[in-house]
Amino acid sequence: MSEYKMQILVCSGTGCKASESEEIINSLNSLLDEFGLENDVQVVRTGCFGFCEKGPIVKILPGNTFYVRVTPADAEEIIKEHVVKGRTVERLLYTDPVTHENISDSKGIDFYKKQIRIALRNCGFINPENIDEYIARDGYMALGKCLTELTPEETIQEIKDSGLRGRGGGGFPTGLKWEITRKSEADQKYVVCNADEGDPGAFMDRSILEGDPHSVLEAMAICGYCIGADIGLVYIRAEYPLAINRLKTAISQAREVGLLGEDILGTGFNFDIELRYGAGAFVCGEETALIHSMEGLRGEPTFKPPFPSVSGYMGKPTNVNNVETFANIPVIINKGAGWFNKIGTEKSKGTKVFALAGKINNVGLIEVPMGTTLREVIYDIGGGIKNGKKFKSVQTGGPSGGCLTKDFLDTPIDYDNLIAAGSMMGSGGMIVMDEDDCMVSIARFYLEFTLEESCGKCTPCRIGNKRLHEILDKITRGKGKPEDIERLKVLSSVIKDTSLCGLGQSSPNPVLSTIANFEDEYLAHVNEGKCPAGQCKALLKYEIVEDLCTGCTLCFRNCPVGAITGERRLPHYIDQSICIKCGVCFEKCKFNAITLT
Amino acid sequence: MTKIKSLADLKKIRDEMQSKIKLRENSEHPEQTVQIKVGMATCGIASGAKETMSYFVEELEQQAIDAVVTQTGCMGFCYAEPTVEVTLPGKEPVVFGYVNKSKAEEIIEVYIKRGELVDGIIPLNFKTIDD
Repeated sequence: MSEYKMQILVCSGTGCKASESEEIINSLNSLLDEFGLENDVQVVRTGCFGFCEKGPIVKILPGNTFYVRVTPADAEEIIKEHVVKGRTVERLLYTDPVTHENISDSKGIDFYKKQIRIALRNCGFINPENIDEYIARDGYMALGKCLTELTPEETIQEIKDSGLRGRGGGGFPTGLKWEITRKSEADQKYVVCNADEGDPGAFMDRSILEGDPHSVLEAMAICGYCIGADIGLVYIRAEYPLAINRLKTAISQAREVGLLGEDILGTGFNFDIELRYGAGAFVCGEETALIHSMEGLRGEPTFKPPFPSVSGYMGKPTNVNNVETFANIPVIINKGAGWFNKIGTEKSKGTKVFALAGKINNVGLIEVPMGTTLREVIYDIGGGIKNGKKFKSVQTGGPSGGCLTKDFLDTPIDYDNLIAAGSMMGSGGMIVMDEDDCMVSIARFYLEFTLEESCGKCTPCRIGNKRLHEILDKITRGKGKPEDIERLKVLSSVIKDTSLCGLGQSSPNPVLSTIANFEDEYLAHVNEGKCPAGQCKALLKYEIVEDLCTGCTLCFRNCPVGAITGERRLPHYIDQSICIKCGVCFEKCKFNAITLT
Repeated sequence: MTKIKSLADLKKIRDEMQSKIKLRENSEHPEQTVQIKVGMATCGIASGAKETMSYFVEELEQQAIDAVVTQTGCMGFCYAEPTVEVTLPGKEPVVFGYVNKSKAEEIIEVYIKRGELVDGIIPLNFKTIDD
């Protein structure tokens, strides 16, 4: 085994690297050589600790001493004091902002961990294709507890007390939904799991189904027990083949051991689960459209009420919950509502899984308590903006959400705060944008998506979104007029007010929020014909500065469309009517004679 | 598989499974098994986790190292896929990122065989429900 007596872990995540963690490693290594300790102490580079604000981070094993904001100059003190004399370097420890105490050793080592994994508790931990590993992690114990110790009413009360709200986006209280479905009288009821994850950039449901399918099955059975249903259906998109396979494996294993099927755990409770495949239409994430799709009808929404909890699949009371919502249920039952509702904010309890994407260093799947700020998510866990660029905006809630500015970075994330800020929780996609992103183009991108995904049933959504997209497209092509901004606003509010389902009611949100937060960018497009981010090609203009051009003909020879003319050794000229703004001349010019405006 | 007919049955199986896993994890005998988990969700597989996993299986078998290689779901570190968790007998699990074939080779040679850490460890930055 290892000969090393001590190991020094140095964060070399992008954030810490930018603040000289490589230099720290070099200093540590050369000092170790100097002291003749190179065979006793090993220096190891690690990935991001998720505490970038206090980086660079240095952690020493054994003892788990956690040093923050270390500089290359501190390396000597760490080696002389900590490594040689075994004395902790107090001034480099993290100071608790509340108690002002220094936190050093393993007892306080979790202080920097901003994530709590509840819905993702087994993802990346157990083998999803082995039911025994799930059982070893208290799997199906919650179902057992409900069936043997709790009445359906008591179980529902527990869920209500936990404060759990729907994780698919709407945030409807889960316990209340179960209660309404329970109270609807019928000879047959259904539990439906909505696994039709459609927001661009969101993949938490897929990850849960791929990493921990049994937690969803168990929760569906608990829901069935509560509302009085013996059939559960998972509506999943066919484009998630691995998730489908793992679900199939999980269902057949659960049936085999008798945790699905008849007389579960000898209690007389019957419950079985089947899969229903969707073709990947975004609107089918809306529960009425989802139910129609499962019935073999067109995936179109219908007016609510009646709500599915009264009349859903096949006209029977149906409880529809999202994958992540279900994944929380077994933990709430096992650990109690009182444990769960201590996490989060006053009105949003528990945690939320976010898929971090875009111009961020640590792209990934994270789970944080409700009330964590965007700054903590983006700068600590996410490791900040790629390539040291400036943060511009974060998009939450997918095509139904909005773009938030840096003014919202310190807003605690929960359902109500995000709505107040002009966005929404949605299913948890979080796309980070930097200074190079054009907000008008972003709005146009989301409209393109809704346009494709609109089912076409109601006029405001079908035609209104098309018009919105046309206006946005016009603006990005430099053909916009100042009055277009007002038209966008009016049209958006009409679409929001008059559309039939959530898709149309929320599709103008990206437009409205970008106008509200980045109106200057819209104005620059329509008034000055400029795209401040330099993204809208039609608005770019490449020009040759006569004084700098040497007439080397390099741009002339590389222009793919022959837009450049000029005599050798004389200044060249770009014909704007032919130029396709490909930027080749700009890249090729050795004399910086080409400007981009 | 045997049928689980009651809550007592379920608890029994849970306890059996837990002690089986504990036995594997907490053994002080160096000849005991090395455990390797490869993140095999869509994201991991797309970045080459299948190749990484089969490399571990084949290489450890060829070198006659006693190891269990299993798959698991997404660990959440999408920026560093494929991700692999290695648990040496009697040690805390360690997660490595960007594990392609050559990184896997380094992990086997340096960490598994000699117990020395290698660059590219991903510190686990989350609390679990038991913390």
